[in-house]
Amino acid sequence: MAEVCLALVVIGIAAYAVLGGADFGGGFWDLSAGGAEGGGHLRGLVQRSMSPVWEANHVWLIFVLVVVWTAFPVAFGSLMTTLAIPMFLAAVGIIFRGTAFALRGHAATIREARLIGATFALSSVLVPFCFGAAIGGIASGRVPVGNQAGDTITSWINPTSVLIGVLAVLSGAYLAAVFLAGDAIRAGQPDLARAFRTRALGAGVVTGAVALGGLLVIRSDARALFDGLTSGGGLVAVLVSAVAGAVTLGLVASERYGPARISAAGAVAAITVGWVLAQDPYVLPPSLTLDQAAASNTTLITLVVALAIGAIFLVPSLWYLYRLVLQGRLDQEFEPLHQRFQPIPDDDAGAPS
Amino acid sequence: MPDAALLTLAAERVSGALGGAGGPDAILARRMQALSLAVHIPIVCFGIAFPAMILFVEGLYLRTGDVTYKALAKRWSKVAITIFAVGVVTGTILSFEFGLLWPNFMATFGEVFGVGFGLEGISFFIEAIFIAVYVYGWDRLPRRTHFLTGIPVVITGFTGSFLVMGVNAWMNDPVGFKVVDGKVVDPKPWEALLAPNLGHELTHMYFAGYMVAGFIVAGVYATAWLRGRRDLYHRAGLVVALSFACLAAAPQGLAGDWAGRRVAVSQPIKLAAFEGLPRTENGAPFTIGGYYDASDNKVKYGIEIPKLLSLLSDHNPSGRVVGLSSVPPGDRPPVNVVRIAFQTMAAIGTALALLSLLFVLTCVFRRRLPRTQWFYRAVVVAGPLSLVALIAGWTATEVGRQPWVVYGYMRTTAAVTRSDNLEIGFAFLVVVYVGLAGAVAWLLRRLAARPPETEVAPAREVAG
Repeated sequence: MAEVCLALVVIGIAAYAVLGGADFGGGFWDLSAGGAEGGGHLRGLVQRSMSPVWEANHVWLIFVLVVVWTAFPVAFGSLMTTLAIPMFLAAVGIIFRGTAFALRGHAATIREARLIGATFALSSVLVPFCFGAAIGGIASGRVPVGNQAGDTITSWINPTSVLIGVLAVLSGAYLAAVFLAGDAIRAGQPDLARAFRTRALGAGVVTGAVALGGLLVIRSDARALFDGLTSGGGLVAVLVSAVAGAVTLGLVASERYGPARISAAGAVAAITVGWVLAQDPYVLPPSLTLDQAAASNTTLITLVVALAIGAIFLVPSLWYLYRLVLQGRLDQEFEPLHQRFQPIPDDDAGAPS
Repeated sequence: MPDAALLTLAAERVSGALGGAGGPDAILARRMQALSLAVHIPIVCFGIAFPAMILFVEGLYLRTGDVTYKALAKRWSKVAITIFAVGVVTGTILSFEFGLLWPNFMATFGEVFGVGFGLEGISFFIEAIFIAVYVYGWDRLPRRTHFLTGIPVVITGFTGSFLVMGVNAWMNDPVGFKVVDGKVVDPKPWEALLAPNLGHELTHMYFAGYMVAGFIVAGVYATAWLRGRRDLYHRAGLVVALSFACLAAAPQGLAGDWAGRRVAVSQPIKLAAFEGLPRTENGAPFTIGGYYDASDNKVKYGIEIPKLLSLLSDHNPSGRVVGLSSVPPGDRPPVNVVRIAFQTMAAIGTALALLSLLFVLTCVFRRRLPRTQWFYRAVVVAGPLSLVALIAGWTATEVGRQPWVVYGYMRTTAAVTRSDNLEIGFAFLVVVYVGLAGAVAWLLRRLAARPPETEVAPAREVAG
């Protein structure tokens, strides 16, 4: 049963890495879109694509949290205290990002939009980095069991953490570029599709290079994790991820964005699975194994049954949402983010300065 | 001095699964948690009540075909998704804080109460999905389909609060596990989810949700009313919101009575703190106002109404009510905080119930709205007041639970994180929440500034 619950956690993390990660990636491109005029089109597309889905995408994180604290309560208590700083920063970043995103749709002037947009975009980079760094701390064996038993700084500022934090930001950017290129086609914006195609290819190459180079970092910093990633199931997952990443590059290059969506998601999901397989049988290496971490069997069974009942309602709902979104039925009018404000008023009294 | 060995809950029976002692005092962590809850709970009220109000107005539109109703429902739905977005992030903070602040509570009892949150996660998921479909589906989905996509939002608003209240009810009256040698064993998650306190806590909160959301929304339109904006749009906004609030405010008293009687049985010391009742007695009085002096263990300068407390808590004027001295001082909650919070809630609740009665009776017997300006001024004030009552009620029940996090089993100080840098986090959170409140206020004003007609105007041509 513990394995089933672990699988649920992995599904949740993978889904969050793909869906939530892409939303954070949208923020990354927003941040790097350039000036208000030049970046307005790009930002408009990010806004339009994310609006209907980001809240549902975000819930995967809540799902992961509740499953972990129910099924692996000791691990939850331990990691939340040792990793308190990145977790707190991520939580604050989530507040900033979600609020800024909700607000930006209502900005009345380019100045307001710029301020709110910068908050949105910066926090979109902060959050995945913090989560990645936290995962790095766990995977490299820096989170012991206990009430803040580990080092609260080096547990997340260390080579492996920084690597995985950066990878989390990059892979989100990569996913977002692939998804947005497809969305741009649907919005009838071939120029934007080309812009995101370039970004997807660039981000894909950079992400792949960092991931490969990162293996050397992990080798010197967290030998056990490296061994896990280069043997058995871990190796298979890493290879699957690499192949899926390469395939995605090919699909994006040939502008087949529909299949590219799937393979890009597959690449990110595979590496998530790879991490878990690499540290098997530990939940918190090198001290807490899955069996030690698991709650009592009654709880695990109850949780799985409860979630299975919930899934009866959830799965069709998710299917309905993504079907509507991918068919473009919830699409709003495409508006370049700067053009809705033109002409720029001279006296925007309500604007924060 | 304790009243004999009346209550045995003083036994510290559970040792934390993470081992080691917790913090020396949990006051900062408690403040941080309280701050986050005080921000989140009003939002929850909107999650509970607002979707039903919106669907009601959309239903009016579907029945009458009057686009004014559509404009109102659409405008409200935009407000709702904004509030929901804020709720998503503030709720996320809460779930992080469970681990950041109370690691030993989660590590020790997570397996007992966690399933409720698991289901709540699913409920929240479905809510997020359908609120997006509903808000972004205006003018894009067929009218009837659009209306139907709102129904899951109403249902999940209920189930979400049901499940979270289940966990809170369990903390106040824990069941569904055994303690052997200080370890929690044999968890029965379903039993824990349906803790005996759930019935009254949920009912009380559910009505509160309708009161808070209803009165606040009604207050907005009552302000417009006082400024002479009495067209159908504003009239509908006022009447619908006020009706929802008033229909909840009247039975809220009964729910409160139920809650009081349950607390008398399951957490007698909490009830004693509500009232500042020093010693166990038969035919206990109800004291209004004044303050509790811990050194004397009695309430000073209050107005005493004989036998009323026994009558309220036991429905019997000479019933026995347990007093504070039944347990050692270390097992009593901070009486003044709890007592003032409780009395504030009860006073505001009574006032709002009277206001509601006036509204309902005028509507039913005179078949019109109240005419006096004072009524509308009262409605404007009722919004913030209901919010105060909500927070006060939560303060009464949660501070009243102290010094326990799991009533009778685990002390709050045993649950808390060992981190000694909470000040920084606390200060940071204060700034963040102030910013958040400012941002939301700004946004709602911005929304309100747009004329309602823009909600139903044909989509404007895309530039470029």
